[in-house]
Amino acid sequence: MKALTLTLKTSPEQRIDMSALACHLLKSLSVIDIAALTLQCGKRKLRVDELFTIEGSDSQQLIIKNSHDKLDFIGKDLDGGSISVEGDAGAYLAMGMKAGDIKVSGHAGLYAGCEMKKGYLEISGNVGDFLGAALPGNKMGMKGGTILVKGNVGQRAGDHMRRGNILIEGNAGDYCGSRMTAGTIAVMGQTGRYLGYAMRRGTLLLWNQPQLSASFNDCGAHTLAFLPILFASFRSLNSSFADVAQSFNRVQRYAGDMSEMGRGEVLVKL
Amino acid sequence: MIINGVTIDATFAEAFPMKATRAIITAQNEKWAMISAQAMTGFATSVIACGCEGAIERVLDPSETPDGRPGVAVMFFAMGGKGLAKQLETRAGQCVLTSPTSALFAGIDGGIRIPLGKNLRYFGDGFQSSKVISGKRYWRIPVMDGEFLAEATTGQVDAIGGGNFLVLAESQPQALAACEAAIEEMRKIPNVIMPFPGGVVRSGSKVGSKYKTLGASTNDAFCPTLKGATRTDLSPEIESVMEIVIDGLTKEDIDKAMRVGIQAVCDLGAQQGIKRISAGNYGGKLGPFHFHLQEIMA
Repeated sequence: MKALTLTLKTSPEQRIDMSALACHLLKSLSVIDIAALTLQCGKRKLRVDELFTIEGSDSQQLIIKNSHDKLDFIGKDLDGGSISVEGDAGAYLAMGMKAGDIKVSGHAGLYAGCEMKKGYLEISGNVGDFLGAALPGNKMGMKGGTILVKGNVGQRAGDHMRRGNILIEGNAGDYCGSRMTAGTIAVMGQTGRYLGYAMRRGTLLLWNQPQLSASFNDCGAHTLAFLPILFASFRSLNSSFADVAQSFNRVQRYAGDMSEMGRGEVLVKL
Repeated sequence: MIINGVTIDATFAEAFPMKATRAIITAQNEKWAMISAQAMTGFATSVIACGCEGAIERVLDPSETPDGRPGVAVMFFAMGGKGLAKQLETRAGQCVLTSPTSALFAGIDGGIRIPLGKNLRYFGDGFQSSKVISGKRYWRIPVMDGEFLAEATTGQVDAIGGGNFLVLAESQPQALAACEAAIEEMRKIPNVIMPFPGGVVRSGSKVGSKYKTLGASTNDAFCPTLKGATRTDLSPEIESVMEIVIDGLTKEDIDKAMRVGIQAVCDLGAQQGIKRISAGNYGGKLGPFHFHLQEIMA
């Protein structure tokens, strides 16, 4: 069966809620049924075939072509299957994803991978604020899985993150890893101000020396045994993180945020 | 059956169901991985008094270990899962956690999960932290030489303990040389351990004793000094008997180990003073696994 391919006909004027087009929701639907689904577009509801031309029929392999940054909630609560986005994605990409994988060739908006539980999210471009974070008012951000961003990310990446990996090849904005409960955020580029602000536990793994707050204490240089295992787990990724030359096990360790529990750590490559 | 002048008795070894687990110890170099492994598998020759049977399975190349350092695989066998878990945890805590530069990983991915570093983490007194990597949880416990890394759990599987064969020789040095040759070959077989010192036991036992408090006592039928004093199983020329006990994950693993071991003994042959190969059993009524020597060597 050929992958179900939705090609956006024109650039939408209003934001479109794509949450109805998650693979697990389409499993028992025919192409005709899928075409008849309605998506919230601004204050109107539009049929899928009004917005997209439809080809193929395998709903467990969804391709969104000519994608636009007004397509929100792509892969919301995705529970298996794969979604390939050719172009940009809007806000709330892969929100609450439970299983499966989503790949975006362009950029993504706010709250990508927010409250994600498992699975794999790959974004080739840049990402907005609150990557892998908790929704406003919630206390638990990403709880598992892996997010790979090849570009830069905005502010508050991993806010309230609880488990899983966020891998950033580019730069991260201010407040990266803020209020983290656990998990790992790796940043190959530069990081902004207030790194790990109020983090409780978890690891911020950095390739470049950050500007650290006074509430992070230097614990010295160390060779850590878990790092080779962590890097080995990245080998299958289509990323610089898979490059053996990028891996290391010798780091400067900073403990913090001491204004919180102080059980988190910032590890900087030596 | 006679191989190279050595008589293979028409008898069988009687073995029992056990629970088994494997752990991988790594360290800065093979020397320290081995020191830790030797400590962990010490006093683990027999379930009769040690609580478990354990030994080093093999040395691992850095490419075979989770953290890419030199390592040693160790295996433990016990009569029940609860006892095995207790032994593993105690030994890991006292012998691996304490050993410089060591790290500890699961050696069996499937099976029932039993704690490896899961409870040792409390040694970290609140400073411990965990990482879930590729679905496996690792505990990082701060210690004085840096950090002790231990996988949270390892696998416990059904296994077999008590495979054995006896080497009957004309002299003690000849019996020992034959057993050493056998052990060298048997250590190349995966999934088995020979838990006694150097893999060889000179004090094979029978069930029961004249003393009420003892459950096992010397196997007098195979004691050469008692040839004229008890109902002996030895011919006049036998001066020394040694036993090799094998625990393994499956019957096939033990079969294979016994075959290469007996073959190594037989290769020395009657000219080197090896006269017979026999095996220990309890009449076949106690253990469900029977390893018939002649079938194994056929």
